[in-house]
Amino acid sequence: MAVTTNDADTQQPLPNGPAPKGSDGAAEAAPMHPLVEFWHYFSENKGAVAGLIIVLTLIVLALFADIIAPHLPYEQYRDHLLQPPAWQDGGSWQFILGTDPVGRDLLSRLIYGTRESLFVGVIVVSISLTVGVSLGLVAGFYPGILGTAILRLMDTILAFPSLLMALVLVAILGPSLTNAMIAIAIVLQPHFVRLTRAAVMAELSKDYVTASRVNGASTFRLMYITVLPNCMAPLIVQATLSFSTAILDAAALGFLGLGAQPPIPEWGTMLSEARDFILRAWWVVTFPGLAILISVIAFNLMGDGLRDALDPKLKRS
Amino acid sequence: MLKFILTRIGLLIPTFIGVTIISFSFIRMLPGDPIELMAGERGIEPERHAQLMAQFGFDKPLWEQYLVFMGKLLEGDLGVSIVTKQPIFDEFFTLFPATMELALFAIVFAVLLGLPAGIIAGVKRGSVFDHTVMGVSLTGFSMPIFWWGLLLIIFFSGILGWTPVSGRISVLYFFEPVTGFMLIDTLLSDQEGAFRSAVSHLILPAIVLGTIPLAVIARQTRSAMLEVLSEDYVRTARAKGLPPSRVVGLHALRNALIPVITVIGLQVGVLLAGAILTETIFAWPGIGKWMVDSIARRDYPSVQGGLMLIAAVVMLVNLIVDLLYGLINPRIRHAR
Repeated sequence: MAVTTNDADTQQPLPNGPAPKGSDGAAEAAPMHPLVEFWHYFSENKGAVAGLIIVLTLIVLALFADIIAPHLPYEQYRDHLLQPPAWQDGGSWQFILGTDPVGRDLLSRLIYGTRESLFVGVIVVSISLTVGVSLGLVAGFYPGILGTAILRLMDTILAFPSLLMALVLVAILGPSLTNAMIAIAIVLQPHFVRLTRAAVMAELSKDYVTASRVNGASTFRLMYITVLPNCMAPLIVQATLSFSTAILDAAALGFLGLGAQPPIPEWGTMLSEARDFILRAWWVVTFPGLAILISVIAFNLMGDGLRDALDPKLKRS
Repeated sequence: MLKFILTRIGLLIPTFIGVTIISFSFIRMLPGDPIELMAGERGIEPERHAQLMAQFGFDKPLWEQYLVFMGKLLEGDLGVSIVTKQPIFDEFFTLFPATMELALFAIVFAVLLGLPAGIIAGVKRGSVFDHTVMGVSLTGFSMPIFWWGLLLIIFFSGILGWTPVSGRISVLYFFEPVTGFMLIDTLLSDQEGAFRSAVSHLILPAIVLGTIPLAVIARQTRSAMLEVLSEDYVRTARAKGLPPSRVVGLHALRNALIPVITVIGLQVGVLLAGAILTETIFAWPGIGKWMVDSIARRDYPSVQGGLMLIAAVVMLVNLIVDLLYGLINPRIRHAR
């Protein structure tokens, strides 16, 4: 597996990269559309492309679970409790990956489970991105007392191990998937605050910001329309990587009985339901975990690829 | 150096106050008042309720309650557990050695495997070994460790029957804890086979807990190696004809290790978060399992105390790592 994820790795000049915009000698060549340029760098990283393909597959599975899944996720086949996968003795092609302790089709539950996990990822990343970016912008624009206060608060949240903090928040809010998502979003957003603030601080002294300010742009406009678009690269990378953290943490909370509640086909919750059967029925434990692992790897691969493709410093070198 | 130490400690104070505020607010953020929570579903008579509210000081204004909380904290008093009626401070530090033993072995496992793997991958960049290390570390980094633990139990305990499934030691052995570290205690006691039993209980949880740090360390070591190997002084060392083992082992490794040490230090938070899951799977009697159990039992004072103490431990270790970093890397020390 070719995984080129390291800074040092990509510092080598890329052999057949497109001529960077504005470099001498490339004046007559039309500059590449940014998206085309992005895709060029992204597609060079085979791992990232593999990650993207898996993610797209997961999205398709989630959207069309009703059509793709052979059974309903909650339907119990009482005559087929803990039936092994099709290729094992006692298995049948009716239940390809076998059935769980109450006779539900494992494959169908896994397919429906992609909905839960992607939903968790989307919601958590949306919340933590929105809140984190806003706080980060404020902290960057008002570096005085307000900015310091925000940063200190974020440091404090980061002082707690993330899963512990999420656990305690769920204890306050009550165990459910919604509350697990809120808890994980709170735990993840300090990273966005810090990234945004750092990026904003770097941009604020630049001429285009001053120009916009002199033109009479309001602070709000300066924040979201002038500066923010120029800070997006690290945020996109962080958002992708947060997606995998969100899936992982939600599954962990589900496993501890504090996330999605049974009978919801959430992968972590499925694992916790299956725990008592680990020595009797390997499949009920193996497949949900494999689903989590593959999704998390896919998002991590994609995040690494995005970092390589979006980081202008590495690109120009 | 003293100034460096004092600045670092000074930077921690606001964060520590923040930690106490968050821990303090925890019980107050729960729905219902603390006395109702402790009374549970049975309910409580109004007079008794008022009496207890006064007894615990819950009827005072919040800032006063916080000051009382801080005052007691400085005396090492975190209140008592609702379930066991034991002081939370004592409960925590009775269980803490178990978690520390587990975490120590996890990090030793991670360093022993991750460091050499990262070094070789960095030196033999682009080789099959390098790709394998990167692939394995990506997998380890993405691993849901609660599942990984279950898989190892299926394989090593279920199929091979090599290791026990849970706990710290076989029920055959019993002795009063001396140090709280099972490996040392079993060595001190004369009971035959006790040490072996303790080791066999420790192996799987340590591997599970060490997996993510292992992945991170291997990756960081590799990239630090790559960076250092392209430096001029390494080329000079090579040019003057030093054998590669000396160039890598002496010249490059020394500088490559500096960032790696920080990364190892940063794993403390990861280890404590991982301990919550690992200890739950292996029924390991440490603070991670204690926190989960306390939440399940609605023992909120314990949750509050544990939350604060764990954050304090993480901050303390990070401080030590920070100081060590300054000690081995003069560039940091003199930067300010």
